[in-house]
Amino acid sequence: MAILTKDEAKKILDKVLSYSKADEMSASLSGGRLGNIRYARNAVSTSGESDNLSLSVMAVFGKRSGTATINEFDDASLEKTVRRAEEIARLAPENPEYMPMLGPQTYLAANPYAESTAKMTPDFRAQATFDSLDPCRKKNLTAAGYMEDSTRFTAIANTKGLSAYNRETSVEFSVTVRTADGLGSGYATRDVTDVSKLSTKEATEIAMQKAQASASARALEPGKYTVILEPAALLANVDASLMAAMMNSFDARSADEGRSFLSKKGGGTRLGEKLFDERVTIYSDPTNPEVPASPFGGGGGGGGQGRFNGGSDGRPQEKVTWIEKGVVKNLSYSRYWADKKGVKAIPAPANFIMEGGTQSLADMIKSTEKGILVTRFWYIRPVDPQTLLYTGLTRDGTFYIENGQIKFPVKNFRFNESPVIMLNNLEALGKPVRMGGNLIPPMKIRDFTFTSLSDAV
Amino acid sequence: MNRRDFNQLLGMGTTGILLPSLPAFSRPVTPEILLEPGLDVATKKRLADAAMNAAKSKGATYTDVRVGRYLNQFVVTREDKVQNIVNTESYGVGVRVIADGCWGFAAVVDAKSEADTAKAAEKAVAIAKANAKLMKQPVQLAPQKGYGEVSWKAPITKNAFEVPIQEKVDLLMSVNSAALKNGANFVNSILFMVNEQKYFASTDGTYADQDIHRIWPLFTVTAIDPKTGKFETRQSLSAPVGMGYEYLQSNPADKVTGITTRYNKGYDMLEDVTAAAKQARAKHTAKSVEAGKYDLVLDPSHLWLTIHESVGHPLELDRVLGYEANFAGTSFATLDKWQAKNFNYGSKQVNLVADKTQVGSLGAVGYDDEGVKTKKWDLVKDGTLVNYQAIRDQVHIIGEKESQGCCYADSWSSVQFQRMANVSLEAGKTPLSVQDMIKDVKKGIYIIGDGSFSIDQQRYNFQFGGQLYYEIKDGQIAGMLKDVAYQSNTQEFWNSCVAVCDERDYRLGGSFFDGKGQPPQSSAVSHGSSTTRFNGVNVINTARKI
Repeated sequence: MAILTKDEAKKILDKVLSYSKADEMSASLSGGRLGNIRYARNAVSTSGESDNLSLSVMAVFGKRSGTATINEFDDASLEKTVRRAEEIARLAPENPEYMPMLGPQTYLAANPYAESTAKMTPDFRAQATFDSLDPCRKKNLTAAGYMEDSTRFTAIANTKGLSAYNRETSVEFSVTVRTADGLGSGYATRDVTDVSKLSTKEATEIAMQKAQASASARALEPGKYTVILEPAALLANVDASLMAAMMNSFDARSADEGRSFLSKKGGGTRLGEKLFDERVTIYSDPTNPEVPASPFGGGGGGGGQGRFNGGSDGRPQEKVTWIEKGVVKNLSYSRYWADKKGVKAIPAPANFIMEGGTQSLADMIKSTEKGILVTRFWYIRPVDPQTLLYTGLTRDGTFYIENGQIKFPVKNFRFNESPVIMLNNLEALGKPVRMGGNLIPPMKIRDFTFTSLSDAV
Repeated sequence: MNRRDFNQLLGMGTTGILLPSLPAFSRPVTPEILLEPGLDVATKKRLADAAMNAAKSKGATYTDVRVGRYLNQFVVTREDKVQNIVNTESYGVGVRVIADGCWGFAAVVDAKSEADTAKAAEKAVAIAKANAKLMKQPVQLAPQKGYGEVSWKAPITKNAFEVPIQEKVDLLMSVNSAALKNGANFVNSILFMVNEQKYFASTDGTYADQDIHRIWPLFTVTAIDPKTGKFETRQSLSAPVGMGYEYLQSNPADKVTGITTRYNKGYDMLEDVTAAAKQARAKHTAKSVEAGKYDLVLDPSHLWLTIHESVGHPLELDRVLGYEANFAGTSFATLDKWQAKNFNYGSKQVNLVADKTQVGSLGAVGYDDEGVKTKKWDLVKDGTLVNYQAIRDQVHIIGEKESQGCCYADSWSSVQFQRMANVSLEAGKTPLSVQDMIKDVKKGIYIIGDGSFSIDQQRYNFQFGGQLYYEIKDGQIAGMLKDVAYQSNTQEFWNSCVAVCDERDYRLGGSFFDGKGQPPQSSAVSHGSSTTRFNGVNVINTARKI
């Protein structure tokens, strides 16, 4: 497997940089193994495993930059790649926003790597799939699911003396269970760094319960409802989601330019303003043991998308508070924009953690007089970027709650809602759960706007 | 699933420029590499034969081999700056086999020798045999005759890679400058060009060498009103097309004039951005729509996406059967509805066809990725559901003897599976112009361009927005509207279709990045229509205060 140690990687990177004739050069070596298994109709449909190791070299002359990549590592190939990057750089137009490379940096000690995940085999994947399929087959339910595991490393270095190394693992699992008559459907998803903490059986059993309980749903009138949104409804690792959409919109430049929900009337940003309920506190921290993340990288954002940016500029990921007691505390910056504004260039986060309470989902249901429990949202797309208005639908388990109890399944709804409005209509927060590499609590929200009904199951 | 990456790229209110997804294993190259011919046909045949022989000797009963070279170029700018110029190449070989009745697939990057492809073939057979233990039923592959050594080339007149980068940068800079001069505060513009050089070989005896080209020029302009602190955007009315650089040669015959100019087979980017800047500014003072029922008049630049989501996806047989249940979802258009032969998908005016041969479309090829010659077929005939989109291992389920030829993989490194053909609404048979259509509408909205989109996992309930909305009152266009989105149900919507303009108004729209599968693969697909009228559709107002 192509997981190089820190020393092995550094040896290659140092050699690459020694060939440089450019003003500045950076090199990034990354590799690892990606495995997956997919099933549907209670049988495996595809599975695969691939190894990759690749080197990317960026050469810079003045404000012109060029990148070349290679997956061969003999001296001649390395030198050829350096020359190609330089050739591409000379042909490139000037980038007026180019920022000189960073020198040596200090990084937090994060550990997003687990040996158990690195050791996964095709047999292990098949067994995990069997553990999910078998209970469904026995109950005459139909399962479709997907598990993807990744073990990878990234090492970066540049001619200014910056050097960084990280290795990480992750496993994402999701399953949709449907009743034989197609009238019920349930979903569960898990993501872990350490695969020994994943039970596909446990997750599948929840999806099975939801499938059986959601059959023969009744129609309720669309309108404003109190809702309990499970973590998978707030954040998804496979598609757009309300919380990721909001956290991905914390870019300072868009706000300064007047084209963000964080832009202020008359110019400037809403940094320092209280925009949310005072119980809303969101921060990022690559060293959090429940959601460890890479300690460097300038890319990515919430929602598990692009969490690891191999071609990053090497900025350290630190603990950053984005929202504290409802007040916007920080925005993320490109190095160019931060330089222009004379502020610290805080990169977009590698994870985010929303503080919650101690209540379980069951406690939250128990304390609800009338409301709707939402397992998951689907096909969430922006409607108005000005207000962060999004539309989407409930899916795979939507239930009516009355007097603290789940009464009956309800037909799916389409919603039109903004996470900003949602986080002002907060009733309660539960205990945070890991979702897409982030921690998010289930939320009880009043006046959530459902605009139409769907017949979809 | 559609175009999410690109909406981010175009910055729906953000300036973050993300690179669009590239084929796997893409490496940066100099622009000259994009004009190099790649391997000759004889070499590709040798690589393929080696794989097929190796697979057979290990016990495969069927093998296909795809030797793929995928070239991409994109030029990304904002205002007066070039942000990125990227040229990439990805080359490798994918081998798919049936052994012990089960599929197996393996791929090799930068395959140089017959030994490389033979090794991949052996790995594919080993995977097939391992997976056969978990199989419920063996693969039933529809027979396919071999075509021998054949080739297909997209009928382009100007390879976009032959146009110097400087000329492309100059075009985008003049586009950006026109936007800023005409009232925009910000503009992002992009030229995206693709060439897929695909060689397919199978043990049925087909060796197909194909050359496919795609291009997509696009922009977003943003106009800010500092007094109100609001911003409005307008995206380009271009379509991604299966053409060369000739798409950017403006031709008066390809312009559709009216309330705003739209484009057919030639796109005038400079003219469109000039209009866009003014329209983004005008949106600030447009009337906010009053929610209620309206008759909708939908331009092809808008309707393509509604066709894509509410017809293209639900009529994919793998979705109907449940193979996509965990991600993209299943379909309301179940087999019993098709078997009944009387399911009213839409009104009598509604004729929807799948077509992998349409000239200039994104989906056009000579042969699909399992060696089936492409064709055109009916999906909905005079409003009735008559067929699905299916490939070789599925067609027996719908009683067809041969595949419909809509199998596709987005890279040599991805396994091919059923993907959407170009799915289009046929033009009306009786002469009808857009002007005459609008004349009859008492209370309506005319929508141009695609915008927000969302549909449920069985494709019943959907919501769409657009780029430009005009109020129609008593047969006349009464002015611009904003904050418009319509919600409907697929069957109800297509049954509310009362008129389709004739073929003079027929145009293609499309998506460069239709996503499907786990791990996800993207595909490019076009959807044609003429302007179409739908009666009594529910419109909501999307304005909010935060």
